Amino acid sequence: MPKGTAVIDRERCKGCGVCLATCPFGVLEFTGEFNSSGYPVAQMAHPEKCTGCGLCALVCPDVAIEVHREEKVAA
Amino acid sequence: MRSSVENMKPVFVRPKSLSDKKFTYCPGCHHGLITRILAQVIDELGIQERTVMVAPVGCAVFAYEWFRCDGVQAAHGRAAAVATGIKRVRPDLVVISYQGDGDLAAIGLAETIHAANRGEKISVIFVNNQIYGMTGGQMAPTTLVGQHATSCPEGRNPQEAGYPIRMAELLATLEAPVYVARLALFDPKHVLETTKAVRKALTYQVQGKGYSFVEILANCPTGWRMSPVQANKHIAAVVTKAFPLGEFVDKG
Repeated sequence: MPKGTAVIDRERCKGCGVCLATCPFGVLEFTGEFNSSGYPVAQMAHPEKCTGCGLCALVCPDVAIEVHREEKVAA
Repeated sequence: MRSSVENMKPVFVRPKSLSDKKFTYCPGCHHGLITRILAQVIDELGIQERTVMVAPVGCAVFAYEWFRCDGVQAAHGRAAAVATGIKRVRPDLVVISYQGDGDLAAIGLAETIHAANRGEKISVIFVNNQIYGMTGGQMAPTTLVGQHATSCPEGRNPQEAGYPIRMAELLATLEAPVYVARLALFDPKHVLETTKAVRKALTYQVQGKGYSFVEILANCPTGWRMSPVQANKHIAAVVTKAFPLGEFVDKG
């Protein structure tokens, strides 16, 4: 499995939770942190499980997520 | 977190045609998603410098603020007429009218149908969330039978208020439109399909083929009194039954 990471812009996140419900690996969670607008912020609670599939960013209504993935290394 | 990104390749980044402004939409609202999809397609087609957004009256009234391209805000329901004027004067521009259901299917129904019937070479993005979101959740022409709204607290009664109007099917009966489709956004697969449809609509306009209409079934978590995740499930289970998805016309 490739390794990836989601970079969440905490000031854009409105805590709608659609990314949490969409992530197939349970990477994202609300950890009780709030941004300056008072919204709970989705966080990479389990970064080791992220494969960089990009589904969280695809469904984010506030374009708050950028996703990066390791380049595939030939075996 | 940033340092670990250095050795990685970007899979998803913010489209260049989006401005840095934060959306004013409620949490979970599909308007933001549709805005992002449009910006992404504008980037892909390389038409940012010659795109004009025509914004409606409704929640998307600031649509021109989110894009790094020119924009006009039309009077309520008149976006198709304003877009017609811009496109006829400057046929080299790519003109996109972005409208909600109260705007396009109620007060602007005449403009919508006649722009489609004349085959104006514009692209219309129709955000159908089955409610008047901005004004506090009143019944729209697209509100489902039995659906609660602040102006029909007992649910929409078809004996009094008629049935939800199916705009895509209605426009598909006309001769002129080159592309008419209805999409949804409730899961990643449908987000990709919607992106494809928007790409097709704008491509047809760039090629000068004619009028395209993309209806997108959107949520309104605030107006529906649901959580964003519940609202997306509601679209998949209930709304798509009343508004079947599909491409109704494709003469590309």
